[in-house]
Amino acid sequence: MPLDNAADISTLVQPGRVHRRVYGDPEIFELEMEQIFGRVWIYVGHESQIRNPGDFVTTRLGRRPMVLTRHTDGEIHVIHNQCAHRGAMVVAEDAGNADEFVCCYHGWTYDTTGKLIRVPLQHGYPSHFDPDDPDTAMVRAPRVDSYRGFIFASLAKDGPSLTDFLGYMTTSFDDMVDRAPDGEIEIAGGVFKHAFDGNWKLYLENLCDAAHPLFVHQSSIEAASEQDDGAHSDGAGEIAVRQMRQNGAPYKMWQEQIGIWTYPNGHSFLGDYHDDEKLVAAKRNKVFTEYIAAMETKKGKEETKRVLEVTRWNSNIYPNISFMSQFRQFRVVHPVSVNRTEVFNYMFRMKGAPEKMFEDTVAFSNVTNGTGSLVLTDDLETYGRIGVGVNSGGAEWIEIGRGYETDSPDSHGGVQGKDSTSEVYIRNMYDAWLGYMTAA
Amino acid sequence: MSRLAPDDICAFLINEARTLDERRWEDWLSLFADDGWYWVPIEEGQTDPRTTVSLMYDDRLLLETRVRRLKAGKLHAQSPISRTTRTIGNVTVEDETNGVLTIRSKFQMIEYRRNLQRLFGGTLLHGLAEDGDSFVICWKKVELVNCDSMMDGLNVPF
Repeated sequence: MPLDNAADISTLVQPGRVHRRVYGDPEIFELEMEQIFGRVWIYVGHESQIRNPGDFVTTRLGRRPMVLTRHTDGEIHVIHNQCAHRGAMVVAEDAGNADEFVCCYHGWTYDTTGKLIRVPLQHGYPSHFDPDDPDTAMVRAPRVDSYRGFIFASLAKDGPSLTDFLGYMTTSFDDMVDRAPDGEIEIAGGVFKHAFDGNWKLYLENLCDAAHPLFVHQSSIEAASEQDDGAHSDGAGEIAVRQMRQNGAPYKMWQEQIGIWTYPNGHSFLGDYHDDEKLVAAKRNKVFTEYIAAMETKKGKEETKRVLEVTRWNSNIYPNISFMSQFRQFRVVHPVSVNRTEVFNYMFRMKGAPEKMFEDTVAFSNVTNGTGSLVLTDDLETYGRIGVGVNSGGAEWIEIGRGYETDSPDSHGGVQGKDSTSEVYIRNMYDAWLGYMTAA
Repeated sequence: MSRLAPDDICAFLINEARTLDERRWEDWLSLFADDGWYWVPIEEGQTDPRTTVSLMYDDRLLLETRVRRLKAGKLHAQSPISRTTRTIGNVTVEDETNGVLTIRSKFQMIEYRRNLQRLFGGTLLHGLAEDGDSFVICWKKVELVNCDSMMDGLNVPF
């Protein structure tokens, strides 16, 4: 059936289930690119990537290639990476510093706000040609804002403010930044870029899924559990093996000790499930003792205690980022087509923390978010199998009902699952999805 | 200088490649020293596996776990398994320091899994120490030509 109106879309999301078309229908995907990625606040980068005037980094807004820049006046801009003349991609490097961007084709030249500043052979263009016309610029995202260094852009001229959009989830960004003794974090240590044949929504749907590790990650849980700790390690393997074992936490732990919280606009976070002293900063191993001392020197005992008592695992900001503060991982999901998705996984270094903690961040990233990871690869396989399944013309409905009858209001305006195994965070994403997709 | 001949080095590398192609993972692991490491950088010219992420970076502890996982029954990412075929060439001895030879070679690996064939290639660097009438791998570094590209998951060691 063609999608003619909001009523048709509304039939796809029902209590505790969604129609398989939301994962497989190209028409719905195109509508998502307009109604979601074409409107809502989308993360485009971090201030540490563009510290100085002229710094730029290429990024994406949905499928659109964009350039995140800091202009000479310090203002941040997000501009479409396309020449207004004949349409060529203008900026070819991933990152750098530039006074201006020159198109390789006929030399149309733009400043770092996207404004056209020079056109060779300008006298040859028709008399109505106006280089000051916004249509001859590299098109700028109309709204750009940041929260504690995290930069978002929106292609809609009007809409809720960034802080209204984030709501209570601002506390998860606070958690990322407040853990740095110097109160500042920076993107560091490279980036993983991995892809899978499946829909973009699957990624965030997995990242707060506390019920999947025991099945999806069975191979790495078993391999790590049987590992002889006496084998030689420079520290990297030790962090990796501990994390894989932690993934084997029994259902009982997920049900009795870990929670899941959801908030308006599709956001959610999962409580932390780590109890290993090498994985949890509040516990007292040697490096953490040094770190906690640095925190107490800079922030005082009381504030340090407050910061470290926040125990969150993944925080999802709908539609496309998921991050965790304990090991400073930050994943950005980019839709490519209805059944193809690309993910960038970044890491943050905490200023003022022992360098060994960043080495552990790198080791953790390799094992949980790496392209050749012993953990992530089983997730990618699962997304691929879902991609096959939902496009196979079988069962109409996808179940997202676990915990449906036990959802309860949370004290910050959200909805809480009974325990971390609830699928409340997926239902919450579809509430947001339906709102966006049927908006006028 | 090593008393083993260049042919012995080539034979060792060819045997290692065959071990991997035939998925004899434990035999492959047994080629490594007790404190050996295996590294597939994600950046061209990457100098440090501890402060920048890697496609794979395994100290001995993690390498043992990686190999054990490859044999695990519920390894979804290798169900079905990948078949691979590797070709090694351009073998040169670059250096010998404290009894460890640095060997540079070129490789191509075709991986086939579930109707999809992928081609990998690049430079292999082996740190080899003599061990009886053969060698032991002190370290192995795999420099893929497409190390920083967007990729689907990697499960088979290079």
